[in-house]
Amino acid sequence: MLTITNLHASVDDKPILNGVSLEVPKGEVHAIMGPNGSGKSTLAYVLAGRPGYEVTEGSVRFTPSFPGEGRGPVQNEMSDAEASHRRDAPILGPGLRRGTEALDLLSMEPHERAAAGLFLGFQYPVEIPGVSSLQFLRESFNAQRRARGEAELSGGEFIRLAREQAALLGMDAEMLKRPVNVGFSGGEKKRAEMVQMGIMDPKFAILDETDSGLDIDALKAVGEGINRIMRRPDKGVLLITHYQRLLDYVEPHRVHVLQGGRIVRSGGPELAKELEREGYAEAAA
Amino acid sequence: MTAPFPSHKQEEWRYADLEALRPVWEQFAGPVTVTVAPGESLEEVWLPSGDDVQLRRVQIALERGSSARIFVLNAAPVYGRIELEVSLAEGAELKLFGANIGTGLSTNEIVTNVKHAAPNGRSLQVVRSVLGGKATGSFIGKIEVAHGAQKTDAEQSVKAMLLDRGATANAKPELEIFADDVKCAHGASVGELDPVQLFYAESRGLDPAGARALLLEGFIARLWDSAQQPDAISEAARKALRTVVQ
Repeated sequence: MLTITNLHASVDDKPILNGVSLEVPKGEVHAIMGPNGSGKSTLAYVLAGRPGYEVTEGSVRFTPSFPGEGRGPVQNEMSDAEASHRRDAPILGPGLRRGTEALDLLSMEPHERAAAGLFLGFQYPVEIPGVSSLQFLRESFNAQRRARGEAELSGGEFIRLAREQAALLGMDAEMLKRPVNVGFSGGEKKRAEMVQMGIMDPKFAILDETDSGLDIDALKAVGEGINRIMRRPDKGVLLITHYQRLLDYVEPHRVHVLQGGRIVRSGGPELAKELEREGYAEAAA
Repeated sequence: MTAPFPSHKQEEWRYADLEALRPVWEQFAGPVTVTVAPGESLEEVWLPSGDDVQLRRVQIALERGSSARIFVLNAAPVYGRIELEVSLAEGAELKLFGANIGTGLSTNEIVTNVKHAAPNGRSLQVVRSVLGGKATGSFIGKIEVAHGAQKTDAEQSVKAMLLDRGATANAKPELEIFADDVKCAHGASVGELDPVQLFYAESRGLDPAGARALLLEGFIARLWDSAQQPDAISEAARKALRTVVQ
């Protein structure tokens, strides 16, 4: 579903990713672990398209599956040359998402990636003063739907959806009326990210240290949220974490160790336990 | 009778687009005068007319214990000028919430003269400017505190957001204080949109223009909070912001 091939990326001309290759098939949860500075967050930002994170080599193929209901006509699969011109398109053509078409993720703008079903859970969720979470999410949600050629939700319908998702994550719905992430504790921000994910219902989630700053109860709620929203046959998850503890709630199919901007080792869920016991230096050796 | 044509040498006209004003100057009479009787309160919402050049000149006399709340959106396509002169009698209160929103080559300015003539008066002026293209947005705010107008509390908060290199913001407080027991605060800042906030919004699905418009709405959002009927001015401001981010 997500195929990363020989990905190199730099920030301020400093190479951070040095040839990451990774495949996450549909229906799987993969964890990326690694020491500080190994490039985990850079990988997350590159996949989401953050400006300033320059890809110098490699490719990322994203193959989300949408049911195609209510969309425009299916278009022919693009060649690579056509795909590289996608950037110029004002909006994504409705119907491009139908079926199992491979998208050249790196040629797309951040908002196009979101509309294609990609979600980044931020390590440090951003505060937006003066804009309520409800307004922020409704406008984002409907922008995604428009880009996919789907009908927008009315104000009332959206509020019901948002309340339902907040309740499922154990978040007070009143918090949705407050400005985005303003005055939230670290744990509340992470929980709010998961509420956003529940509302957006993405096809693929990259969760960047969603477990940091959470107490035990919140960790459990967030872990259950990830399983409920994302553990589906047509979805995929890339879970970036330092610690084994989130993986107790969200068991990964595969664990990868990122070090020096490359995947140095991959294995099953037992690899996470080994890392926890022996540290990165031992495990990667 | 119209007044003599102004010049840039006059402090309160220093940022004005006099060229745009000249052909239409004769249409503008002297200021509208309003008196608010003791203990009464006035609320005004001033929306843009849509004309290329818009000039609004108002003088308000606030009598003892009266109050005025003014909400103004200044977003003329060429030149918009809001001129407000307010005199405050004892215990009177003025609140002004204004926005300059401009793009292209437009000039929009809010020019105030707040005269605290007697004790215990309070004035609060909050002005936000959002400027794209080569637009100019200005606030010139004069506060006069007369001898004997003790316990005056006057505050100005002026912030501008510049969206493009060519845009200009001016913020000029002028204080003339002749009483010794007063509080006069003023703050001004000029900034630009935070790229991290923009990326966050885009990562949720908003296109770049939509993300910018939403953040700018947040920047000016609190201005209309205390209005009894905020809908019309909120909507007009939202519309003006959409044109600025295109």
